Amino acid sequence: MQSPMTRMTDAAAFLAVDNVSHTYAGPAGDVQALANVTFRVVRESFVCLVGPSGCGKSTLLRALAGLLPPSQGQVSLDTQPVTRPQRRIGIIFQKANLMPWRTVYHNLQLPLQISGVPARERQQRTEAMLTLTGLDGFAQAYPAELSGGMAQRVALGRALIHDPEVLLMDEPFGALDALTREQMSAELLRIWSRHRKTVFMVTHSISEAVLLADRVLVMSPRPGRIVFDLEIPLARPRNLELLHQPAFVSLTEKLRHNIRTS
Amino acid sequence: MSNQHKRLGEIVIIWIRTVWLRLLLAPVLGISFLVVWAAVVEADVYTNLVLPSPGEVAERWYELYADGLLWRHTEVTLYEVFFGLGYGVLVAFVTGYFIAKSRIVASLLTPYLVALQAVPIVAVAPLLIIWFGPETQSKVIICALLVFFPMLVNTVIGMRSIPPDLRDLLRSLQANPLETFWYLELPAALPVVIGGLKVSATLSVIGAVVGEFVSPNEGLGYLIATGRGNYDTPQVIATVLTLTALALLLYGLATLLEYALLSWQRAGNNGL
Ligand SMILES: Nc1ncnc2c1ncn2[C@@H]1O[C@H](COP(=O)(O)OP(=O)(O)OP(=O)(O)O)[C@@H](O)[C@H]1O
Ligand SMILES: [Mg+2]
Repeated sequence: MQSPMTRMTDAAAFLAVDNVSHTYAGPAGDVQALANVTFRVVRESFVCLVGPSGCGKSTLLRALAGLLPPSQGQVSLDTQPVTRPQRRIGIIFQKANLMPWRTVYHNLQLPLQISGVPARERQQRTEAMLTLTGLDGFAQAYPAELSGGMAQRVALGRALIHDPEVLLMDEPFGALDALTREQMSAELLRIWSRHRKTVFMVTHSISEAVLLADRVLVMSPRPGRIVFDLEIPLARPRNLELLHQPAFVSLTEKLRHNIRTS
Repeated sequence: MSNQHKRLGEIVIIWIRTVWLRLLLAPVLGISFLVVWAAVVEADVYTNLVLPSPGEVAERWYELYADGLLWRHTEVTLYEVFFGLGYGVLVAFVTGYFIAKSRIVASLLTPYLVALQAVPIVAVAPLLIIWFGPETQSKVIICALLVFFPMLVNTVIGMRSIPPDLRDLLRSLQANPLETFWYLELPAALPVVIGGLKVSATLSVIGAVVGEFVSPNEGLGYLIATGRGNYDTPQVIATVLTLTALALLLYGLATLLEYALLSWQRAGNNGL
């Protein structure tokens, strides 16, 4: 099979997923969530994964993060097998997942505290992150006082603050309204252009995937397999203007068609 | 009724809601109680031995205070409560933590802990006094046993209520068990744990008095027992009131602790 997956040589691969399958054992019987998933992600590229609900996207993401040892196959990062969570990988969850007892400032700081960064440097980096994520006026606010979009900005800042090489995102904007969602996509583009990371992002939105990604992977219904792999050759820097351009629309159409037939 | 009267009525209602409810209602209830009490004594419904007047009780209370007796026994009870509550809460927290963390520990200990809770503490108290002596030590233990259970249950509930996504976050940051405890488990479980502490604080006074009843040699429980023996009803009532004040004080301290530690809970709910 001549697929884009095989085009890439292993040397260029930063994140490698080899033959990963996963089956959950439950009281009502086993559920196979992933079946022989294989793909490669180039360093500092942005890859989006789309697929129907319940097809195994979150399972795959947890396997990439080292939070879930897959029942078969292997994930590796920079040629090292990922068998447990690592600080080189930052994660953003569907809900902002902030600590309600910490202010925005201290939520941002958490990864630095755990990594034992000295107080002085912690303060500098937290302040820089507040500015980067547009949260300057909200340092002392508690999560209960934030809108959904602002909470997700904090989550983004928290995932970036200890400067991980890989950023994994599980439908980070899934809980937001359409307008806030677009704004957050634009924010993410801006931040990513300044802090290049290898990004792997799960999303339900095809246009969001095309807007953000260098490459979009499509997963089949459960058990999840990668059934389509599309390069997005749109020039960067990108912005929301792109949403109306013919090249963009034809790419989203192509993806939509492939999801329907998969 | 005129419009002005209506307006006035509204103002009074608002005033009652804001100021009265918060500051005056509880004292008013207390004072009414004292008035009814004094009236009943005045009407000679009961003999003085059964129900002395509030004045007599206050007088006896002052006597006990003036000759140092009240403070000496309060000190003993306070000591028992302090250590009983301290040990009970500490052991319950540690036990609850490991029960919530480990299924093995949970299935190992749960039957025995439930059995322990099912036994009436008053029934085991004499046994504890035989084992640990009639002095303060056995009373500290009785007190600790009484406060143990609510604290344990709340610790387990608090620990189990921690969102799995936050656990995953700490795992992904490679937090060690101590960091996980300090940054996640302790603050996340704290609201429920402090709820347990408030219940335990009031129970601790009961625990100490139970011990002092079974082996009366010192403490406020002893003062009640001797008061009853001497048909000194004012002393009994004065001591009971002192105990109540002690329980309220402990509850107040726990509430203060809650207020200080959980200030974040007041954020974002518009002062309700
Ligand atoms: N801990 C678990 N135990 C048992 N089964 C699970 C568990 N987690 C997920 N599953 C099952 O595995 C399948 C894939 O779940 P997963 O959460 O990976 O899907 P998803 O693609 O992320 O779905 P969504 O788009 O709705 O988030 C589902 O059928 C789900 O019911
Ligand atoms: Mg999911």
